[in-house]
Amino acid sequence: MSVALGDDLATVGVLWRRDLARFFRQRSRLVGALVQPIVFWLLIGGGMASTFSLGTAPGLGYMEYFYPGIVVMMVLFASIFGTITVIEDRHAGFLQSVVVGPGSRTALVLGKSLGVGSVGLMQAALFLVFTPWAGFAPGDVSWFSLALFLVVGAVGLSAFGFALAWWLDSSQAYHAVMSILLLPGWVLSGAMFPASADHAVLGAIMRANPMTYIVSGVRRALYGGDLPAGTSAVDSAPLELAVTLGFAVAAVSLATFVCHKRR
Amino acid sequence: MPVPATAPASDPAAADALLEVRGLALRFRERRVLEDLTFSVRRGEIFGLLGPNGSGKSTTFRIMTGLLVPDAGRMTFDGAPVAPGDRRLRRRLGVVFQNPSVDITLTCRENLLLTAALHRVPRSVARERAGTLLELADLADRADEVVKNLSGGMRRRLELARSLIHRPSLLIMDEPTTGLDEISFHRTWDRLQALRRRDGLTILLTTHRPEEAAQCDRLALIDRGVVIACDTPENLQRAVSGDVITVSGEDADGLAAVVRERFGLEARRVDDGVSFVCERGHELIPRLVEAFPAGRLRAVNLKRPSLADVFLKLTGHELGGEERA
Repeated sequence: MSVALGDDLATVGVLWRRDLARFFRQRSRLVGALVQPIVFWLLIGGGMASTFSLGTAPGLGYMEYFYPGIVVMMVLFASIFGTITVIEDRHAGFLQSVVVGPGSRTALVLGKSLGVGSVGLMQAALFLVFTPWAGFAPGDVSWFSLALFLVVGAVGLSAFGFALAWWLDSSQAYHAVMSILLLPGWVLSGAMFPASADHAVLGAIMRANPMTYIVSGVRRALYGGDLPAGTSAVDSAPLELAVTLGFAVAAVSLATFVCHKRR
Repeated sequence: MPVPATAPASDPAAADALLEVRGLALRFRERRVLEDLTFSVRRGEIFGLLGPNGSGKSTTFRIMTGLLVPDAGRMTFDGAPVAPGDRRLRRRLGVVFQNPSVDITLTCRENLLLTAALHRVPRSVARERAGTLLELADLADRADEVVKNLSGGMRRRLELARSLIHRPSLLIMDEPTTGLDEISFHRTWDRLQALRRRDGLTILLTTHRPEEAAQCDRLALIDRGVVIACDTPENLQRAVSGDVITVSGEDADGLAAVVRERFGLEARRVDDGVSFVCERGHELIPRLVEAFPAGRLRAVNLKRPSLADVFLKLTGHELGGEERA
């Protein structure tokens, strides 16, 4: 093993371990991270239940439809709140010593994305306890496929968050981007409502949105293979996987580029 | 091998140089930040970059640690050329930042062990060193407490311990004692001097405090991105002969006028009076006191020139910052 590779692996390991240690240290964060999506799911899901109906899949309730969206939301929120700390950490925190340490910038991006991604994954995993109540039979769920989409999606979203944080270098700017890009991106991913034939523009936006493919992949895994008709704007298993993987690779590359460019 | 503090400054290309920096230049938009900055740090010495805020010393720190890429310049570390930010250099640097760089949600020990892991120090060795360093930093009894609960001074001590866990060849510090009180300042320097004696550690630091500069073996005075002078503090202080006399009183302009007319000396305004340099100050003081009617003088002070006076003489302007008497 070359010395440089050893240094890089050490850097990845340190950042990964650090985010996990911080997460378990902060109990309130752990509880909040789990309670908030449950509240969201019950309130919005419960409120919409009576009005929601899908002509293509008559028996499908809103609590069931909304569930995969909430799982992806947990991963998204974890990556936003996990990477917004990069801004301060980089100028007045531990990240300074990583930047001047022996590892490369690529290792820095990977380590941070894996750390933040893992935190999101653990939160999502806890929420998956509710799978039977959402209407999915645990025996039918394709757990491998579900894990794959969540892991790759978490790393991709975290790396994207990292790129934004490093590039913007201001918490206010990051908050602005969060409310005009990331949250609407989640709303328009099929998480809250499916694409409708009456709104061509909305449908096009959804198909151009990488998060749509993550949500669709997660939904498909929960059903164990086939999606109920009309629940996804991009109903194609290979395409969901390809875009989710492609997004993660692109996000890590973008973050590495930004991190090299702006020291 | 520690270099005696009185060693004369000689050729910077001395054979025992650990770090050599030549012709460092950097522009930011149209502004010249560094120009042809050259210095060399010998093994085992404490080398200081002394200059006011904005002189380019923090920029130099950022280049040394790979946070900035210069427009021009060459660096040699341990006899081999290195690019700024080169891994080989980063591996052997210990860095103390002006801002905190410890994770306040983790314990002191966890911070040290994470930094050790970053530098691939084997686990058992890291545990042992962490114990020793925490002891040395007077933090042994707080080792497993989260940093958030520690005072500012304790955190600064932890920063230093953290930067040493991988036994760096060169410790590089940016304004290491900013915000520390007099007692903590002296304790920090006692520790650094002890480390240098014990391990032969080489230290490069930036500072704007004359009393901190006086702790260095050699100093480079930096002004507007250029090294104005480089020598031991003692030799530099010889550049200003005579004594510095400070006269305090209500009417500073009036005091300056009397000093000029009666003694032919050019005085400059300081905080609460005027200050000037003269030969044989002790003989001047009685005449000075007699020259003023009772009540016009509040105090007369005589001291040997400090590095702040040297800086003023060589560059024509003040070092500024939190200068102390």
